[in-house]
Amino acid sequence: MTTEVAPVARRRRLAARRPLRMNVTLAAGLALLGALVLAAIFAPLLTGWDPIKQDLSRSLQDPGNGHLLGTDQLGRDVFARLLYGARTDLRVGALAVFFPFLIGGALGLVAGWRGGWFDLVLMRVVDIVVAIPFFVLVIALVFALGSGTRSIYIAITLVGWVAYARIVRGEVLVAKEQEYALAARASGLPTYRILLRHLLPNVVLQAFVFSMSDIVLSILAIVTLGYLGLGVPQPTPDWGSMIQEGQAFIFTKWYLAAVPGLAVVITGLALALIADGFVHRSARR
Amino acid sequence: MRYLAYVLRRLVATVPVLFGISVIVFFMIHLVPGDPAKTLLGIRATDQAVAALHKSFGLDKPLWQQYLDFMGRLAHGDLGRSFFYNVDASELVSGRLPATLLLVVSATVLALLISVPLAVLAASRRGGALDQAIRAVPLVGLGMPAFWVGIMLVLVFGLKLRLFPVSGFGDDVVGHLRSIVLPALTVALALAPILIRSLRTSMIAVLDSDYIVTARAKGLTHRRIILGHTLRNAAVSSVTVLGVNVAYLVGSTLVVERVFALPGIGTLMLDSIFNRDFAVVQAVTLVFAVMVVTINLLTDLAHAALDPRVELG
Repeated sequence: MTTEVAPVARRRRLAARRPLRMNVTLAAGLALLGALVLAAIFAPLLTGWDPIKQDLSRSLQDPGNGHLLGTDQLGRDVFARLLYGARTDLRVGALAVFFPFLIGGALGLVAGWRGGWFDLVLMRVVDIVVAIPFFVLVIALVFALGSGTRSIYIAITLVGWVAYARIVRGEVLVAKEQEYALAARASGLPTYRILLRHLLPNVVLQAFVFSMSDIVLSILAIVTLGYLGLGVPQPTPDWGSMIQEGQAFIFTKWYLAAVPGLAVVITGLALALIADGFVHRSARR
Repeated sequence: MRYLAYVLRRLVATVPVLFGISVIVFFMIHLVPGDPAKTLLGIRATDQAVAALHKSFGLDKPLWQQYLDFMGRLAHGDLGRSFFYNVDASELVSGRLPATLLLVVSATVLALLISVPLAVLAASRRGGALDQAIRAVPLVGLGMPAFWVGIMLVLVFGLKLRLFPVSGFGDDVVGHLRSIVLPALTVALALAPILIRSLRTSMIAVLDSDYIVTARAKGLTHRRIILGHTLRNAAVSSVTVLGVNVAYLVGSTLVVERVFALPGIGTLMLDSIFNRDFAVVQAVTLVFAVMVVTINLLTDLAHAALDPRVELG
C-alpha cells in the first residue's frame, strides 16, 4: 500500500544513509551538557568529600587546603555539594519535564486531530492555566501539596502540560492536511496507527526542541523553590538552597552564592545551545 | 465604532478565563493532602484553630456550596480573612499592591530600554560580529535565575559601589524610586533576553519587506530607514511580545521582591506560605492572575489601536 511508504519512513531511510550532520551550536551544547552530566554521575570520583557530612570546626574556610571551593557555614565541602547538587537538579529538572511532555503532547495530538468540543474545552483550559504566572502557580501548588520532590513533579506537570498541548495541537492542525495524512486516513488505517506512526514523528520535533528550554525553566523553578525553602528537602544538596545559604555571607564569601548560580547559567546555556542547534538543523532540511 | 465592539468582545472573552481562574484558586485548598485544615496549620494546631479554618473555608459543606460561597464573597470583593494578621486579605493585598505595580512598570520600561536598542543593532548588522554577540545574550540570559541575578546586583551595585539601597522600599517618592532600581533591573534582565530574541526576528522581517526595499531604492540613509520606518513597526511588535511574556514578567517579581525585601504582594504571598495563611496565598494567586489577564487585555487593545492591520471584525 502506498500509504505505508510515508514521508517519515522515507526520510528516516535517507537520514540513515547520510552521516549525522552536526552543527557547531548543537555540538557545543551536547558537549557542555555531556560534561555536566558526567560530572554529576562521577561525582564520587571527582571529590572525596561527603556533601552532607557537617564539620563545624571547618566552617566557612576559604578555597584551598583540599577544599577546591572552600566550605560552607556547616563545614561541608562546597565543590562536593555543587557536584551532588547537579545530580539532584539535573535529574529532577529533566524528569519534571517528562510528564508534561507526555500528557500535554498526547492531549494536543488528540485535540488537533479530533477538533470539536474536546479541542474547544482543552484550549479554554489552556488559556486559563496560562493566565496564572508559572512561578506563582508552581509555588502555590507546592505549598498546597507540601514541599518535596513529589510535589515539584506534580506542580510542574499540572502547570507545564499546557505548552506541549498548544505546540503539538498546532503542528497536528497543519500536518493532518498534508497528503500523507489524508492518504493514511483514506486507506482506512485505525486512528491510533495514523496518530502514532504517521503524525507523531512529524509533529514531535517542535515539542522536543521546546522541551530543551522547558528543562531550563523547570530547573529554574526547582532552584527557585530551593531558594525559597520549598524545594528538595535538606540536607540533599541543591543549587537553590546553596544560593540561599550563601546569600547570608555575601559580604565576605560572595562565591558561596555566585558559584551555584553560575552552574545553573551553564546548564541553561548548554540546553539553549542544543535547542538552537536542533532548530538550525531542522531549518536546513 | 468597530473598535468599541472589539473592546466589548475582548472584555466578554475574559469572563470564562476569570471564571476558570477562580475554579483553580478555589480547588487549591482541596489539593492539600488529608484534612486541609490540620495539614495547613501543622501538628501543633489547636482544635479551635482547626475548627475555625473549617468554618472559614466552609470545608464541612458540600463542594458546590463551598464554591458558590467562595464566588459570592469574591463578587463582593471579599478575598477571605488572614489568620495570621487577623485582617481582610483584600486590605493586605491593596496595601502591598503599589510596590508590585511600580516594580512591574519600571521593569517593563527598563527591559524595553535594554532590548530595543540591542535588537535594532543586531538586526541592522545582521550576521556581523555584533549581531552574533547580541544573539548570544538570550542563550546565556534565559538560564539565569532571577533571584541570583538580584543577589549579584546587590553585591556589585549595593555593597561594592554603594549606588542603590539593597533592601526595603524607602520612605518617600525618591526613596521608592531609588529602592526600585535594582529589583526592576533584575526583572528587566530576566525579561530582556526573550524580548531581544523576538524583536530581532520581527525587525529582520520588517527590514526584508518591500517598503524598506523601496526606501533603500529611494536613497534614504540607513539611519533614517531604521529610525523612521522600521522602529515604528518594531514598536507595534514589541507591544505584542511584551503582552505574550507578561505572565513571565509578573511571575518573576514574586521571588525578586523576596531578594530585595520589597513590601509587594509577592513577599506577602511568600510570607503567608511560611505563616500557613492559606486565604492570603489564595488571594494573591488570584490577584496575580487577574493582573496578567488585565495586562493581556490592555496589550491586545493597544495592539489593535496601534496597528491598522489587526482584524477587528
